[in-house]
Amino acid sequence: MSEEILETPDVLVRLRGVTFKRGDRMILDGMDIDIVRGKITTIMGPSGTGKTTVLRLIGGQLNPDAGLVEVDGQNVPKLDRRGLFALRKRMGMMFQSGALFSDLSVFENVAFPLREHTKLPENMIRDLVLMKLEAVGLRGARALMPSELSGGMARRVAMARAIALDPMMIMYDEPFTGQDPITVGVIMKLIRMLNDNLGLTSVIVSHDVQEVAAISDYMYLISDGKVVDHGDPDVLGRSASPWVQQFLSGLADGPAGFHFPAPDYAEDLLAGTAN
Amino acid sequence: MLEWLRRIGARALLFFERLGRALLFLLRVVAVLPQLVGEFRLCITQIYSVGVLSMQLIAISGLTVGMVLGLQGYNTLVDFGAEQSLGQAVALSLVRELGPVLTALLFAGRAGSALTAEIGLMRVTEQLPAMEMMAVDPFRRVFAPRFLAGVVSMPLLAAMFSALGIIGGSMIGVGLLGIDSGAFWSQMQAKVDIYDDILNGVIKSVVFGVVATWIAVFEGFDASPTTEGVSRATTRTVVHTAFAVLGLDFVLTALMFGGL
Amino acid sequence: MQKRKIEIAVGVFVVFGLAALVMLAVKVSNLAAVSEENGYVIKARFSNIGGLKVRAPVLVGGVRIGKVADVTLDSQTYEAVVVMDVSSKYKNLPKDTSASIFTAGLLGEQYVGLDPGGDTAFLKNGDEIKLTQAAFVMEQVLGQFLFSKASGDKAPNE
Repeated sequence: MSEEILETPDVLVRLRGVTFKRGDRMILDGMDIDIVRGKITTIMGPSGTGKTTVLRLIGGQLNPDAGLVEVDGQNVPKLDRRGLFALRKRMGMMFQSGALFSDLSVFENVAFPLREHTKLPENMIRDLVLMKLEAVGLRGARALMPSELSGGMARRVAMARAIALDPMMIMYDEPFTGQDPITVGVIMKLIRMLNDNLGLTSVIVSHDVQEVAAISDYMYLISDGKVVDHGDPDVLGRSASPWVQQFLSGLADGPAGFHFPAPDYAEDLLAGTAN
Repeated sequence: MLEWLRRIGARALLFFERLGRALLFLLRVVAVLPQLVGEFRLCITQIYSVGVLSMQLIAISGLTVGMVLGLQGYNTLVDFGAEQSLGQAVALSLVRELGPVLTALLFAGRAGSALTAEIGLMRVTEQLPAMEMMAVDPFRRVFAPRFLAGVVSMPLLAAMFSALGIIGGSMIGVGLLGIDSGAFWSQMQAKVDIYDDILNGVIKSVVFGVVATWIAVFEGFDASPTTEGVSRATTRTVVHTAFAVLGLDFVLTALMFGGL
Repeated sequence: MQKRKIEIAVGVFVVFGLAALVMLAVKVSNLAAVSEENGYVIKARFSNIGGLKVRAPVLVGGVRIGKVADVTLDSQTYEAVVVMDVSSKYKNLPKDTSASIFTAGLLGEQYVGLDPGGDTAFLKNGDEIKLTQAAFVMEQVLGQFLFSKASGDKAPNE
């Protein structure tokens, strides 16, 4: 099912046999994922299947119960604080809600990583911040506070912040969820543009099929903690698995059932009229 | 019967588990405090939102409590012909007890709950994980400055409360009820000891400051990242601080003044 | 600028707080008296100190010159030993000064009253006052009064 490529792809992030449990619940069960350098890879699946958990594992916020998580050749769970610190500076992350610091202005939010991790002089920081804001089209909004931004604008500022330190990789956690079509279009365009112009590697976690398929170079479909299928969007669209077809076309019922397990309908109704 | 015991045991275990988390949290905050030397600006901003913005409430409360003490104290003392001792009655009540305790309770209601809500909201909007992913330690940048601000502000606020209370008491006693000003102040000065009373009162307010701020910041940190979770956390801050302050007050009073 | 206003406000806050502390220390408490009283130490023995407490005032002619620093019991003679800190301003207490324990008002707290004698030599650090009078213990006096009343009543009948 995986595509044949002529040359061996340069894999930036590698997950092998990753297992993660929360209490008794198995969230990830022996997952294998390759994120290729310079490409946009999407991880898709129904809500609650642990997509965000994958991002957290890559970022070292969580440690797997079993398996390998490797970023740029480094074994993430084994890194000490300094190593993790250094690695995180090379990763940018955009959270679902933007996660801008509410007490700082747009400018200050984007400048934050620069101020914390570099000793650059103030005028250089100013230039860098303006450049990043220009890339997402919000240079004019630099004095606004996060509470004054629309959802779409807040996410774009979050993107600018994520690229502030010129990372090698950006992770997007549900970037399209709940946005109007125009904003979705803008964000899609930005993700593609940033990825190509800045030579980034992008990892998107989403369940918005249409939007994501349009810009992905490669897709992973996960369900119940396992990878159900993966490939580039065309290949997946022709997949033989009925589950994949259901997901991709957004059907309400199919292999992933509509009804939550329940006793027989007629019996359930009649049970209420016991006399 | 057994079920009842089991439930009590479960609740006790939950309590200790939470207390343990809170203690570990406090240790981490304290460990990071030395790094705050470089974050001067941040601390100043926090002292502003915690201390300065509470000043109005504390000042007015202190003044009115002092005035009430003046009135009530006079009513009681006049029966013994001891109304000239009003000054020392007002001063001792404020400096030893009411200043530190009432300031701590008001602080918890105003500044403490605001801290909890702010931090809880940061948790809901994922600002804390975002900070971690940017390789910035939220303990250094968020929790420790707020903790320091509370510990610094509380003794200052308590002193203001007591001072204004005494002034309020003197306004009523000397101004309104006709007690001799000289007697009011000189009796007070004779009876209020700098070590036993003033210093102990300051120590109390520092202890309360640590406890109240610790609870406020921890509850925000520990809140579930939902609106309901934040709302419950702010309630917990006020309630737990009240219990803790009143309980500690008893212990400290027994230690400090019990011997007398 | 927003930042400057905040910094000024915090500065004002800290100044007010410190001012309140200073006011409490100076105007409200006995700081003035206490700081002076680390002059020198004198001792006195009493058979009974009544309700005298540590930090009780030491007065001469009603004026406070010091405080009681410590009260202990001499385990050989079973007398109470009262150690007093006296302000260095009052260096010329005669060696034959007497010390008594009085009660302030009817129900007030007890203090040490010193009555200067006429000696030309003065008490120095560590000296002991020889003439002392024990505290006024209500029960003893009442007992004496009742006893004398009883014997007084009997006399006319005999």
